[in-house]
Amino acid sequence: MIDRLFRTRAPLLPRDAGGEAWLTSLIAALCFLACLSAVGAVSADRAAHGWARQLQAEATVQVRPRVGETGAEAAARAAQTLAGVEGVSEAEAMDRETAEALLRPWVGDAVLPDLPIPYLVTVRLDQAAPASAVTLGRALAEAGLDATVDDHSQWRGEVERSARLITLLAAVAFLLTAGAAGSAVAYATRAGMAAQAGVINTLSLNGASDGAIAGLFQRRYGLLAAGAGAIGAGVAMSLVAALRLLGGTGGVTPALPLAWSDLLIFSPCPLLAATVAVVAARFTALARLKQGH
Amino acid sequence: MSVQPRRAYESDAMTDTVRLSGVGFGYAAAHRALRDVDLILPAGSFHFLTGASGAGKSTLLKLLTLAEHPQTGTLHLFGEDATTAPRRALPAFRRRMGVVFQDFRLLDHLSAFDNVALPLRLTGRKQADYADDVEEMLDWVGLGERMDERPPALSGGEKQRLAIARAVVTKPDLILADEPTGSVDAGMGERLLKLFQSLNRLGTTVLIASHDQALAKRSGATVLRLEGGRLTGGRV
Repeated sequence: MIDRLFRTRAPLLPRDAGGEAWLTSLIAALCFLACLSAVGAVSADRAAHGWARQLQAEATVQVRPRVGETGAEAAARAAQTLAGVEGVSEAEAMDRETAEALLRPWVGDAVLPDLPIPYLVTVRLDQAAPASAVTLGRALAEAGLDATVDDHSQWRGEVERSARLITLLAAVAFLLTAGAAGSAVAYATRAGMAAQAGVINTLSLNGASDGAIAGLFQRRYGLLAAGAGAIGAGVAMSLVAALRLLGGTGGVTPALPLAWSDLLIFSPCPLLAATVAVVAARFTALARLKQGH
Repeated sequence: MSVQPRRAYESDAMTDTVRLSGVGFGYAAAHRALRDVDLILPAGSFHFLTGASGAGKSTLLKLLTLAEHPQTGTLHLFGEDATTAPRRALPAFRRRMGVVFQDFRLLDHLSAFDNVALPLRLTGRKQADYADDVEEMLDWVGLGERMDERPPALSGGEKQRLAIARAVVTKPDLILADEPTGSVDAGMGERLLKLFQSLNRLGTTVLIASHDQALAKRSGATVLRLEGGRLTGGRV
């Protein structure tokens, strides 16, 4: 009686129904890569949006001095004019030293003294209600200044397009990874069914439906994939946590700023891996059984 | 040739457990394992199927377990046409039969208890609901003390008894047994025959394929004979 209370039902499929160790390793590796793709996409998107916000909050004005006026005087007048425009927080004429410092990494020290450096005004816009390039241009024209306003929209568009491309690539990488995991499970299911042909035949002759037999494989590989997914996500989580600790809030590179909240991205990995495995195993097993196994 | 039972079973197309009409089957075009077999097993009947090796006994049992479909003729089981039954219909037929295979077909990774419990488990029943039945059946076939052993640890005779216990534990409507006493001693053979007879008295239709002519005679059952794939006659 006591024995019966503690008797557990053994699984109807033998423990190793077909290459389960290699499948666990493979799915864990794929999940690790999928997690890195996902966090890379989120991080790149965050960097791109940060840059876009920064570009949106600023405009650069290039001033061409009129006859009888120096470039520095024209820039100062432009800065003064723009500071009074609604939607502008601050306008500051860029001195030659600052402009040279911006150019130095590109052209070096030797040619800088001979370069005709443009007279620039840096405009910081009100983030809540930024002034448009048209408004700034009109104000400068009314003040009698010959100037060109660059609101960075071209750069912002490039950055946003890059962010979208990275997100798309990450999505493609994720789908390819899921497809590879599904194919691996389908292959393992076929191998497992071939290895357990006798067991399947006995189950069938004892009244098991195809759905019930497929259920055994889908449960086996679903649980396996969930475990492998947890392993892959765990390793990826450790790596990202280490990078976050080493890199701080800015991440290891400015292009990949990491946040602690990024670790949450990994949490659905075991469930997603299990879902892919369950679907792949069920369809494969049912198809094989329909062919008469 | 059509073989009808000589005992007074009530035969009716709707209630007959098995009806074969003009059934033929071959594994290759040149070799016909079964030819034009007509057979009726009324509900509650008990038959022995005899014949030399290669006569078609195992093939006939394969058709009755729906492991193969007849290539000619018709097959009705439990009053329903099973001639070309699709895969999805097979479990419903198979859950009404218990089959003892010549090679036992036990699951080596399961204990004796779990092997016997298999057909009950596949119907979705909980272990608590069937544990008594399984233990009782294992006791009956003399394996009560070995219910936690796995088949590889059992002798040929013990495996055979285990296979029989699995086939009858659900108290099926039809029992098909291929040489069920081939690996047991005479005493156990008699005991197993009594088990089949007990189940038959409860209304189960029994068909036993066997070389054991003496056992067939002692059983008092209708004996069918297969020769070269043809059912040639029967006697009580």
